[in-house]
Amino acid sequence: MTAQAPQLRQVRARRSLWESTRRTLSSAPFSAWFGMIVILLYVIAAVFAPWIAPYGEAEIVGKAYQPPGPEFWFGTDQIGRDLLSRLIYGARNTIGIAFMTTLLSFAVGGTLGVLTALKRGWLDQGISRVVDAFLAIPVLIFALMLLAVFGKSIVNLILILALLDSTRVFRLARATALNVVVMDYVEAAKLRGEGMGWIIFKEVLPNILPPLITEFGLRFCFVFLTISALSFLGVGIQPPTADWGSMVAESKTLITFPVRTFPWIPAPFYPAIAIALLTVAINFVVDWFLHKTSGLRDEV
Amino acid sequence: MKSDKHRVRGETLLEIRDLRIEGNSDGVWHPIVKGVDLSLKRGEVLGLIGESGAGKSTIGLAAMGFARPGCRIIDGSILFDGIDLRAAGEEDKRTLWGSRIAYVAQSAAAAFNPAHKIIDQTVETAVRRGVMDRGKAVADAVDLYRRLQLPDPAHIGERYPHQVSGGQLQRAMTAMAMSCRPDLIIFDEPTTALDVTTQVEVLAAMRDIVEQFHTAAIYITHDLAVVAQMADRIMVLRHGREVEEAPTRVMLSEPREDYTKTLWAVRKLAKPESVSDDIVLSVRNVDASYSGVVKVLDNVTAGLPRGRTVAVVGESGSGKSTLARVITGLLPPSRGEILFNGKPLSRALNERDKDTLRRIQMIYQSADTSLNPRQTIRDIIGRPLEFYQGVQGAARDRRVAELLDSIEMDESYIDRLPTELSGGQKQRISIARALAAEPDIIICDEVTSALDQIVQEEILTLLMRLQKDTNVSYLFITHDIATVRAIADEIVVMHQGKVVQQGPKSQVLNPPHPAYTELLLSSVPQMDPDWLTNLLARRAAGKAGA
Repeated sequence: MTAQAPQLRQVRARRSLWESTRRTLSSAPFSAWFGMIVILLYVIAAVFAPWIAPYGEAEIVGKAYQPPGPEFWFGTDQIGRDLLSRLIYGARNTIGIAFMTTLLSFAVGGTLGVLTALKRGWLDQGISRVVDAFLAIPVLIFALMLLAVFGKSIVNLILILALLDSTRVFRLARATALNVVVMDYVEAAKLRGEGMGWIIFKEVLPNILPPLITEFGLRFCFVFLTISALSFLGVGIQPPTADWGSMVAESKTLITFPVRTFPWIPAPFYPAIAIALLTVAINFVVDWFLHKTSGLRDEV
Repeated sequence: MKSDKHRVRGETLLEIRDLRIEGNSDGVWHPIVKGVDLSLKRGEVLGLIGESGAGKSTIGLAAMGFARPGCRIIDGSILFDGIDLRAAGEEDKRTLWGSRIAYVAQSAAAAFNPAHKIIDQTVETAVRRGVMDRGKAVADAVDLYRRLQLPDPAHIGERYPHQVSGGQLQRAMTAMAMSCRPDLIIFDEPTTALDVTTQVEVLAAMRDIVEQFHTAAIYITHDLAVVAQMADRIMVLRHGREVEEAPTRVMLSEPREDYTKTLWAVRKLAKPESVSDDIVLSVRNVDASYSGVVKVLDNVTAGLPRGRTVAVVGESGSGKSTLARVITGLLPPSRGEILFNGKPLSRALNERDKDTLRRIQMIYQSADTSLNPRQTIRDIIGRPLEFYQGVQGAARDRRVAELLDSIEMDESYIDRLPTELSGGQKQRISIARALAAEPDIIICDEVTSALDQIVQEEILTLLMRLQKDTNVSYLFITHDIATVRAIADEIVVMHQGKVVQQGPKSQVLNPPHPAYTELLLSSVPQMDPDWLTNLLARRAAGKAGA
């Protein structure tokens, strides 16, 4: 700049990634910390399940319905498998499958959403109406029907849920991308002769990432709730693979049994609590992230 | 507001002492206004002038006792007619606002609620405050519309905001502000968003009505020529401090401070005209329309010589930006052809090859929306290099550094994001991105309109130097005649999709003009405090004579 040019804005060196992460984390409220720690524990349990779990996933190690004790912390299930071990393996299966599903649904829904926002016209009309039709049918019933048609396998489960979920991701991605595609830098990229891939992934996507990341957290919750529900109904993850939904189903008769031994929690509640806790934890973190990226300021 | 002699000034209405305001960004408070004193008598108009970031709008709002979200008034006193606005409660201030202090915002289109009729919004404050009943308020509003010279004053209030023009809406907002006969009106850049031809009418209407009702006003703007027409006194602000204050005529004729002098001097930039027959781009009999209904371009023919600048001028809706879209291929013409380096140019963008795309580059009005906020300067300038020339890695970085150097920016900016730069720096980056492609033509769409005058001049000087170095041609789209004078070799005047006049600068800017060019040129505010008065008198005489 020339000498008389006023420096309107102090230009400061960008903080390093580590530094900015540290600053962001230090400002996180208690609920967000709680959520992050819980999620981290779940992830550790999921990744290191074989090393953490005291027994094998489908190993019969005791008698049926043993109460909690020093040998089996959470007791055993209807055929004598250790509940704690199955809970830990269940984390691996449920979270892993839910994560894969959400990832796939974002890849499909996100890409199509941005693409239709860019192209508009008949492509937009076509895809949007198909999505509307899908959205009109309740997910659980639709998923049950498709699983009945295509067969109960984990691959089918992932594909079907990802397809159904991608319709919602598509909606969000399209709506947020519509605000970005009118920007001059997108037009500049078109004028430069850039291909669709570059425009979608380099120009538009980085600018709609915050709402998409938030949505990722929420959709992940819904997906694993749906998986658990399907497993509970018997069409999701199949035995002997450990899964929280089917674990609730397997021991659901115990809900009515009086519990006399410490810690006074009926067995079906363990997986249910695991599901609830993760959902709450994710929502805490998502809330915080949403608040941070929404640009809302805490007024003084 | 101007006729100083007849103006009766009363006692002091507004008294601001040592005002200090802080703004919050990223959780850190930093000063915006650093101790400003200001006093305003009844019936007096004070012009606040300065570049963006000078704190003008913040002071204007503070005069109402209001601090924007993210701002706080930390020190000083604000006395309005004996009432201490800093100590006054929210409830008290709300009673004052609208009835005794009114505010006219920059964008009337954004300030009106699109779901309600204009008349309902005009009388709302008066009726709710109980100043008058609805019947009387409506009659009064119609009277105000008439005084503000709105067409069909009796019925225009029945329309919705989108059904009237921007200039009419701005006057309706002035009527709204006037409805309770306030003692003080704050005008915050009320004509900045308007075309020059519309601006004249709005300025005249505002000036008259403020004078008729003997209202005190603070007029905020960055346009010196405009404030010269409106204000009795002018205060120049910079970086939240007062630079100097003086009666308008004194300020215009003998500014004391160096900063004020540089503001005054800005408009002296002028490039000697040079014509050439080596046409690089020629538009022939082009028609264009959106969705085939309204013809936005009607039989447009124009040529751009190599290494020269052609300015396309006209008000909004004249089709000048559409012409740019047709040339870039974003909007294929419905008739006519475009020759580029002697060969016909494919009509649509996707039919053009990479080399053709490279040769026609574009710079946009707003660098905020034309630079991707998630990409660093390295990526923004480096992408055309990579894309067109296949330059990568260290070679690319070296070239980016060279380009930064050519736009007079330091190499250290390479890892910055656009949000970390000032408006002028961002526009420089846009220029560097266009230059990186080594184009034959750069289309500049209002590239300086969003910038302060000093920065404008720097950008224009830079563009001219780059033209000399690289022999690039500019198609310069603008509504600002001062900019045209500064840089153009040839001028194309457009009105309602047609070319009204074209030719070398000296020919177009000097009489005789076609009627529209005359209107356009005469509407450009001059640095003469009597300009508006004289212009209106001339136009009235012309009408009477015709």
